[in-house]
Parts: sequence; structure tokens; C-alpha cells
Amino acid sequence: MELNQLTAHELLAKLKSGSTTPDAIGKLLYARIQEVDARVNAYVRSSGLISSFGGLPVTIKDNICTDGLNTECCSKILQGFRPPYDATVICKLKEFGANIFPLKANMDEFAFGSSTENSYFGPTHNPWDLASVPGGSSGGSAAAVAADEAIWALGSDTGGSIRQPASFCGVVGLKPTYGRVSRFGLIAFASSLDQIGPITKDVEDAAILTQVISGYDPNDSTSVNQNVPDYTKSLTKDIKGLKIGIPKEYFVQGLDPEIKFSIEEAINKLKSLGASIKQVSLPHTEYAVPVYYIIATAEASSNLARFDGVQYGYRAKADNLIQMYKKTRAEGFGAEAKRRIILGTFVLSHGYYDAYYLRALKVRTLIKQDFDQVFSDCDCIVAPTSPSAAFKIGEKTEDPLKMYLSDIYTISVNLAGIPAISIPCGFTKKGLPIGLQVMAKAFNEEMLFKVAHTFEQNTEWHKIKPKL
Amino acid sequence: MSIDKETVEQVAHLARIELQPNELEKLSGQLHDILGFIDKISTLNIENIAPASHILPISNVLREDVPHISLTPEKALENAPSKQGNFFSVPKVIE
Repeated sequence: MELNQLTAHELLAKLKSGSTTPDAIGKLLYARIQEVDARVNAYVRSSGLISSFGGLPVTIKDNICTDGLNTECCSKILQGFRPPYDATVICKLKEFGANIFPLKANMDEFAFGSSTENSYFGPTHNPWDLASVPGGSSGGSAAAVAADEAIWALGSDTGGSIRQPASFCGVVGLKPTYGRVSRFGLIAFASSLDQIGPITKDVEDAAILTQVISGYDPNDSTSVNQNVPDYTKSLTKDIKGLKIGIPKEYFVQGLDPEIKFSIEEAINKLKSLGASIKQVSLPHTEYAVPVYYIIATAEASSNLARFDGVQYGYRAKADNLIQMYKKTRAEGFGAEAKRRIILGTFVLSHGYYDAYYLRALKVRTLIKQDFDQVFSDCDCIVAPTSPSAAFKIGEKTEDPLKMYLSDIYTISVNLAGIPAISIPCGFTKKGLPIGLQVMAKAFNEEMLFKVAHTFEQNTEWHKIKPKL
Repeated sequence: MSIDKETVEQVAHLARIELQPNELEKLSGQLHDILGFIDKISTLNIENIAPASHILPISNVLREDVPHISLTPEKALENAPSKQGNFFSVPKVIE
């Protein structure tokens, strides 16, 4: 295998033993980008300068601020924006010795989407089938890792934006507990839901990268001052006696039979490895998508008010201030961004606030209580990551509601604030990857690594690579 | 609850987004469908349920109010589409 095909932990071992150099890794990685990215479009910015920096390259989603380097959220309204500071996760990566320059991955504009089709830079293509979407919104990060044009990557997950593309691209993706990773320098979409997390080739890499980026940050008042355990210690291959809950609401109409088959096979595998399986219920599951599209759009409408043509990014020409705001935002935002800002403004507006926003916050409490109930008796929950495998580019762009429903299995986790991981667990007949989702209690990422690593090391799915 | 074109236009104005007539038409239909779907939550009994305004059990995060070095005016203005001296410059507000 070429260096760019290896996992980060394999490369770190090689660097430590002196059998390779950062330059050699950088050169091969850049050659791979040159070879495939015209077809995949995973990157919005990359350059041959990779090799001139020390350490292991990390691919960064375009909504994470990098000091002096373009960070545009794949939106016209932020074109040319060069942040005056690094996000906390970038500072942590630099301390780790990683090279982040200048690999910026494609995404849905402001992370609004489930397919990476809403990017100002055009869609990313799924490395397993170039006519299909890679999922989203961290589709560039996931496709780059799957196509071996990234060693590992950071994404962000507000309603599934790490896990769903990881499942569509056959890689590993983790959303940490809300508050585990600092959001300082992550350009905000929905502040009560957003988390940064890793997209990697295997579970060990996910554990290492989560370790690097986790921890309390005084610059993010929602980050939690709680000790970060050594996650590599939870990479045991022993799940004997663990109680795994299977939520019956995730196996109803709408779940593709091929996905259902693979997930059931995976559950049997976990059982054969010593776990005990129990059917459980998350009764408010059907309300998760409606609640999410109220809370997330409400927060987005407020967060995106800052893009007004005054402090940074694009400004339209106009004679007066109000017209300048309105034209700038009309020309700078794409269709999905406008739709969400307007919906969010509506649900917060006078006369509708109680019926929508306040009510949604109360239902969010019910959704969280569902999980509390299940975790009082189970160590983790296992379910599909997505109801279908990757869909075709253009298939859902005309029907926003259909697109929103593709996040039906990932959204509850964000609403409840708990961590979850997606790992490869099979392929459809057409050869598209299928993802298995594992969810755990808040701040119990160790449980995810333990279960996911055990499953992975007893299967071969993560070793299969797309032919490009 | 349904939403009509006039409401969408008014909300878009509040959100400071200018909509073209064809955009307004399309968006009104889409928002109508989305709100129809979202209305599902109106059927739930939420009496005595506290709103989850924050998902973690933390509140009132405070810090000492100590002066420290922040962004310099030059750095803060680096990305401004238009500036004058140490100020962001915008189209005239007062006639």
C-alpha cells in the first residue's frame, strides 16, 4: 500500500521509527489529490505546499477557522474571508504537531444540507459511485478520507453531518458529546447542537483524533471542564456482557431492506462477540426531525445575522444601508441558506414563538428523557446511521423535506447532546457502503470506541477501498 | 399552520433577504410543506415539561473580568469590504 492509503496511526508509527518522513507523506498525498480530485471535488483548497510543513496532514472542513487561511463555509457571502485567529481545535492540532495547511474540504454551505450539493464550489462526488452524493454536510471530508486523498479529517455535526457522510463513504465518523470539544472558531450553524469531530479510516484513528481535539476551553462557555480520558485505552476487543439496546423505532417503514439486513447481521455479530441484545424504545423518535428543523433553523437565523456585508466577506452595491444588507444576503446566500434563515426567523417571530420554538424545546426535553431511560438499563444503543445508502446527485435537491428526512436516524443524538459513531458494516448490491451507528451516554465516548473497535477488528468492511 | 406569500415576504424583510418574485413563489410553497410536517409536534402533550434551553447541566458560566490583549483594530478590519481609518464603512444611514 502507498503511504496515503495508510491510517494515521500506521503513519505515526512509521514516522516514529524513522521509516518515512512528513515530506514523503505530503508528496504522495498531493499526487493523489492531483490524480482524483478533479473527479471527486472533495477539496475547495489544496496545494503542493503540504510537503513543506512538518507532521501529519489533517484535512479540515471549510467552516473551521484557520488563521490567515481562507475559511469560507463554501459560501459566496464569505468569499475571501481569512480568519484573524485559529479555532481551538486547530491550535490543539498544531500542538500535536499536525500540519493543517492548506487542506480545506468541501461542504454544504454553512453546513446546511445532507449531500454536499449546496456548496458554492459545486458538489462533491462519492468515491464509490461518482454519480452519487457523499452525504453531508461534511461530504468533502468523508470523500477525501475514503478516496485516500486525506489521511484523516475534521468535520462538524449538527444533525448528522459527520456520521451520515461517513456512512455514505464507508469510513468512520464520530460526533462527540456536546461540550466535549470546543466550538471556538467553528463558524456557528446551531450553537446548541454543533460539535466538531473526526472522520477517519478506522476506529483507532478516531480515538486518537478525538483525544487531540477534546477538552475544556475558556473561550467556549459551553465546553465542559471534565477530564479527557486516554481514549486509546478503550480500544479493547472485549464486549462480553455489554448490554446493547436496539430501538424499535429505527426499524420501521422507510428503512431500506438492504440496510436493515446489514444492520441485523451486524447486531448478530455483536451478539456472537458476547454482547447481550435487548429491544428498547425511544418513543419520541418521530418528533426529532420536526423539532430539529425548528431549533436548528431558529439558531441559524440568529447566528447568520452577522453576515451583512459590513465586517467581512461579500458586499453588494446599494445606495442605502438596508438595501445593502438585503442585496448582500440575497446575492451571497444560496437557496438552502435563505430557506433556513427565513424559516428560523418565522418560528422565532412574534405570535409563532410559543407554538413552534418554545414547544420544540419542550419536545427536546422528551427526546432527551427517552435516551436517559434507555441508558439506565443499556450500555449503548445500536442502529442504522441512515435509512438508505448514498442517493444520486440531484435526486433530492428539489424536495427539501425529502432531504431533511435522510437525517432521521442521526438528529436525535444532537438533540440529546450524546455522542455517537458511524462505522462501516457492509455494502448494498450496487456496492455502496452501509454505516452502523453506536450511541452512548454523554461523556462516554470510551463505550463507542470499545464497541466500534471490537466490531471493526472482527470484520473486514473497513479494509475495502473504492476503485477510482 | 399554513404560511402565505405575504407572510413569507414580511419575514424575509425581517431577515434582511431580498427575494425575487420566482424565489418568493417557490419558497412559499416549500415553507408551507415544511411547516405542515413540523406541525406534527402540536399533537404532543407537553404540559409540565421544562424547555431544554440547554442540554447540559451547567449554568451561569462566569469568568473574572480581567483586561487582556484582544484583536488589534488593524487585524479586526483586515476582512472589511470597506473601511475608513479605524472604522467599518457602510452606505449613508442619515439623509
